Amino acid sequence: MIGGLFIYNHKGEVLISRVYRDDIGRNAVDAFRVNVIHARQQVRSPVTNIARTSFFHVKRSNIWLAAVTKQNVNAAMVFEFLYKMCDVMTAYFGKISEENIKNNFVLIYELLDEILDFGYPQNSETGALKTFITQQGIKSQFQTKEEQSQITSQVTGQIGWRREGIKYRRNELFLDVLESVNLLMSPQGQVLSAHVSGRVVMKSYLSGMPECKFGMNDKIVIEKQGKGTADETGKSELGSGKQSIAIDDCTFHQCVRLSKFDSERSISFIPPDGEFELMRYRTTKDIILPFRVIPLVREVGRTKLEVKVVIKSNFKPSLLAQKIEVRIPTPLNTSGVQVICMKGKAKYKASENAIVWKIKRMAGMKESQISAEIELLPTNDKKKWARPPISMNFEVPFAPSGLKVRYLKVFEPKLNYSDHDVIKWVRYIGRSGIYETRC
Amino acid sequence: MPAVSKGDGMRGLAVFISDIRNCKSKEAEIKRINKELANIRSKFKGDKALDGYSKKKYVCKLLFIFLLGHDIDFGHMEAVNLLSSNRYTEKQIGYLFISVLVNSNSELIRLINNAIKNDLASRNPTFMGLALHCIANVGSREMAEAFAGEIPKILVAGDTMDSVKQSAALCLLRLYRTSPDLVPMGDWTSRVVHLLNDQHLGVVTAATSLITTLAQKNPEEFKTSVSLAVSRLSRIVTSASTDLQDYTYYFVPAPWLSVKLLRLLQCYPPPEDPAVRGRLTECLETILNKAQEPPKSKKVQHSNAKNAVLFEAISLIIHHDSEPNLLVRACNQLGQFLQHRETNLRYLALESMCTLASSEFSHEAVKTHIETVINALKTERDVSVRQRAVDLLYAMCDRSNAQQIVAEMLNYLETADYSIREEIVLKVAILAEKYAVDYTWYVDTILNLIRIAGDYVSEEVWYRVIQIVINRDDVQGYAAKTVFEALQAPACHENLVKVGGYILGEFGNLIAGDPRSSPLIQFNLLHSKFHLCSVPTRALLLSTYIKFVNLFPEIKTTIQDVLRSDSQLKNADVELQQRAVEYLRLSTIASTDILATVLEEMPPFPERESSILAKLKKKKGPGTVTDLEEIKKERSSDMNGSAEPASVNASAVSTPSPSADLLGLGAAPLTNSAPAPSSSGSLLVDVFSDSASAVAPLAPGSDDNFARFVCKNNGVLFENQLLQIGLKSEFRQNLGRMFIFYGNKTSTQFLNFTPTVICSDDLQSSLNLQTKPVDPTVDGGAQVQQVVNIECVSDFMEAPILNIQFRYGGTFQNLSVKLPITLNKFFQPTEMSSQDFFQRWKQLSNPKQEVQNIFKAKHPMDAEITKAKIIGFGSALLEEVDPNPANFVGAGIIHTKTTQIGCLLRLEPNLQAQLIVTADSNMK
Repeated sequence: MIGGLFIYNHKGEVLISRVYRDDIGRNAVDAFRVNVIHARQQVRSPVTNIARTSFFHVKRSNIWLAAVTKQNVNAAMVFEFLYKMCDVMTAYFGKISEENIKNNFVLIYELLDEILDFGYPQNSETGALKTFITQQGIKSQFQTKEEQSQITSQVTGQIGWRREGIKYRRNELFLDVLESVNLLMSPQGQVLSAHVSGRVVMKSYLSGMPECKFGMNDKIVIEKQGKGTADETGKSELGSGKQSIAIDDCTFHQCVRLSKFDSERSISFIPPDGEFELMRYRTTKDIILPFRVIPLVREVGRTKLEVKVVIKSNFKPSLLAQKIEVRIPTPLNTSGVQVICMKGKAKYKASENAIVWKIKRMAGMKESQISAEIELLPTNDKKKWARPPISMNFEVPFAPSGLKVRYLKVFEPKLNYSDHDVIKWVRYIGRSGIYETRC
Repeated sequence: MPAVSKGDGMRGLAVFISDIRNCKSKEAEIKRINKELANIRSKFKGDKALDGYSKKKYVCKLLFIFLLGHDIDFGHMEAVNLLSSNRYTEKQIGYLFISVLVNSNSELIRLINNAIKNDLASRNPTFMGLALHCIANVGSREMAEAFAGEIPKILVAGDTMDSVKQSAALCLLRLYRTSPDLVPMGDWTSRVVHLLNDQHLGVVTAATSLITTLAQKNPEEFKTSVSLAVSRLSRIVTSASTDLQDYTYYFVPAPWLSVKLLRLLQCYPPPEDPAVRGRLTECLETILNKAQEPPKSKKVQHSNAKNAVLFEAISLIIHHDSEPNLLVRACNQLGQFLQHRETNLRYLALESMCTLASSEFSHEAVKTHIETVINALKTERDVSVRQRAVDLLYAMCDRSNAQQIVAEMLNYLETADYSIREEIVLKVAILAEKYAVDYTWYVDTILNLIRIAGDYVSEEVWYRVIQIVINRDDVQGYAAKTVFEALQAPACHENLVKVGGYILGEFGNLIAGDPRSSPLIQFNLLHSKFHLCSVPTRALLLSTYIKFVNLFPEIKTTIQDVLRSDSQLKNADVELQQRAVEYLRLSTIASTDILATVLEEMPPFPERESSILAKLKKKKGPGTVTDLEEIKKERSSDMNGSAEPASVNASAVSTPSPSADLLGLGAAPLTNSAPAPSSSGSLLVDVFSDSASAVAPLAPGSDDNFARFVCKNNGVLFENQLLQIGLKSEFRQNLGRMFIFYGNKTSTQFLNFTPTVICSDDLQSSLNLQTKPVDPTVDGGAQVQQVVNIECVSDFMEAPILNIQFRYGGTFQNLSVKLPITLNKFFQPTEMSSQDFFQRWKQLSNPKQEVQNIFKAKHPMDAEITKAKIIGFGSALLEEVDPNPANFVGAGIIHTKTTQIGCLLRLEPNLQAQLIVTADSNMK
């Protein structure tokens, strides 16, 4: 039960303030500003307790969103709501920035009235919201009457996320598998921790109320099928053993029928119209690491440091990685840097205390190297440099977790189009999350 | 030195600072700072040498970044380089960086010290000033080590500029405060004193601060400063405000300097030289006069400055405490402030009056303001001021106004702030006890106190009431009656129940005659409170019940029923259960005779220091109350008569809280044991030792020591290779208490350690001794303590003997010493006039009443020693009584339990060093 919701700019000025319950006083707004935004030490916990009042905040660029309550609420619920709120706002007016919020404040208050009622979260499905909270002017009276009843029946109905009577000339759907791979590697090349968190995003332009079924190379499903057809057992295990992946945990969009997933582990749903996130998942086993970083740091006396870093791409030569960026931290007493690299561009960025090496694209099974000479200024204190890890950013056109979409079937019994008539697109994008190698 | 033009301001620095100010977020700020730091690093690293200006600029930037809260770990060398620059601004920035950033263990400290030395030697006043400021700002031990010797030289050198002298004085002060041991005292001290005569008032002000601090530690060295300070002060005070142009602050001439001079004077007693003294008195009078003049300005700064000087002058007057006239005037001046609009002034006035009240000259004057103070208590809004008012009331209280003040404090207590209630309760309790003319009033007051603020009444307060009621026969009946009435209130505080239970248990019989307070009614009244009380109180009430069994046999069965009930016999609390069981058995088995003996009325408590006073002292911390009390006690003895509580010196003695156990059952075996061990002990001795006599002959040398103890109470009584016996004793009227400390000087344990006090048969009848047994083992190097309670029943001649037996190693040790308990210990001094003395002297002409002894002095006589001896002997030393000034005269009363004997004494030293001691006494 959220008592109130505030949005602040980076200076702590209140942009939006909406109080839902009487137990939240006016001074709560200031309490958060004083104790969190202007706090002497950076507040790292997303939940802050001030005078028996809990503040849950998320930050989007320079904007603070804070939900406040005096009760013992489910913190996960509050954060889920805040993220949803961000999504809704982005869907309505794009990037969340101070200017956008100021320009759309009437809309935001309207949204807040709709998605939170006396502090209880309501329907926050963007598609549904967009049907009745619009940024256009008021339409004529009699037209809305009809629409209104339709909207009401949809929003209060069983399938609140999709309205009836959608028609497309071309039935088309897009599937994006977006993954981010996180890694921490020791200087010797030992993997200390690695995991992939991924999302399956779907964009659907389908007529009617289609029933979809989604299949991927989930280990459990494949083993189950293997058992089902006994004569094929040996073959399928051989064939799909390395193909299947172990998913540690996953969450689904509300349209997925969870009961069916629990009993048959099949993902079936009626999709909302337009873009939505079908599922989220996490894997930790058998991750394909797209890049290997080999650092070499040598201290030459007290005033000089030699750094050599080699990166190796570790995927099919036919694929191309993009937007590669290697960030090599430099000591705090760096006074000058000389860099030589074979490929791409490298530069010492003093404001970030790092050498940043950028490569536009790089094919698989290649390697590239950079070497730098760092001059140091002798300092008074004998503190040793902490040697922060070298971090990396990239984008590759495959899923590092190994996930494959096996099928996506569409059934629409009422309208006369079949699974074959639907045009389907699948795309894999692997990005770097926190991809670090110690040096 | 080139003039600093406006264009010389550092543009780069200004741009950097404005960049930082414009940063949108913390991250942006950090980025900007990182960039700047990298820039500065590359500049410092760069091969071409930086010019002074850029060096200064970058060091400034580093300083700014440091002040923003970031770590700076380079640039120190550049800052040190700046020190050697000849430009003022560069040097200044260098020193600034060093004072802020260089820590003492840096290796650069040598370079820095060198630069500072150069500047100190430069004869350029601005450079010297900068160097001195840097030393003072860093103020570390290392700085003190390096420069403490140098700075005094600069300070007293003839050719030093005034501004440098000023800096040097303050710098030295700072070094002295951080490491006083490193500042050498030398011949410069006398020359520093002469700085008080300096032309330049700034120098004088700085020097006064320095001298005040130094004089607090070494008053002798700076004694000459007094006369100089007085003359300086008088010049300031008497000058017209236009004379000291720059140093006149809102029409007050040099207020800071005046205040400092007055503080300096407070380090010393009043000046001896009458001229100086007169001049000082004149100054103080002028200051007091000026306070009466109409203000020259309406500005608050004017009155603040004036009052600051005035208050400092008043504290000097109080410190000297010698001029009655001034004290009274000060008091009147403060009286005016009591009703001032300014809260601070009222506070200060009350605070100063508190100290004034303890001065004998102004005590009466302070008392005239009692109405105002009481009014302040009632109407003041500020709680801290009210607190001061309470303090002042406490300080001004004496016999004449005690009733009024106590009544007012009780009144105030009902509305008082919670934080100060406990203190007020203690104060009321002390005042009520100290100045009680009439003990019924005392009992009323304390019961009232418990009623009003029961929660804040500590144990000590109600212990004390009971002690006093038990020791005074005349109030017992009244106390019982009042307590009984107070208990009838529907809701009363637990402390009241405790007092009530105790007093009714002891003296309930005194009011039992009245049908309204018949035994059964008393019992029912107490028992109605029983279930609302905590465990300790219930235990006390159970004891009361068993006492009732003795006092009122008619309600015995009722009480037995109560004791027999399940809630008592099966009580979850062990203490209550045990009491119930034991009392029940006692009441059923024992005959009335035994009951009467066991449950006899409590014996009077020995006089001891009021435990409440000790508690107040503890609460207030040492120094505040103690001093005041002691001073007061000394001079108020004539005002208050003899109702003074026991000597404050006794505070070292731990006052055991009187046991709440009415019966003293626990204590009984202890007190009775005094005679017992002497027999059983000697039996044991017989078993262990071959020697026929159980009691060893007197240890050699102990007689010598014995003589010394005639005139003193504390010291070492006996010492050999094994054992040391120390004594600490105190006597009051016919009662006394002696602490005997047995110190084991060896490293091995003493076993079977049994000290015994033995009185001859004669002595036993006239001297009551109660000893507590000590632990039979004494560890090597340890000390044990034994308490002997002494009561003098009648006069006696002999001294008791202390016999100590123990096993050391394998051998048995046995030794005896005389305990220095002599009749003169019970001697109380009395003051009397010459006429009185001789009148009485003549009355005592009966030969039985007079003893004369003529003897030759063993040692040459010294008047002071003799005086001390006579006072130590216990009598009052009466001066200017005997017409012959060489004679010594004393008078006193010997208190015994049965009688009081007045004694007069004359000591007539003869020129041939013969002494005639005549002692007269009258047996009443």
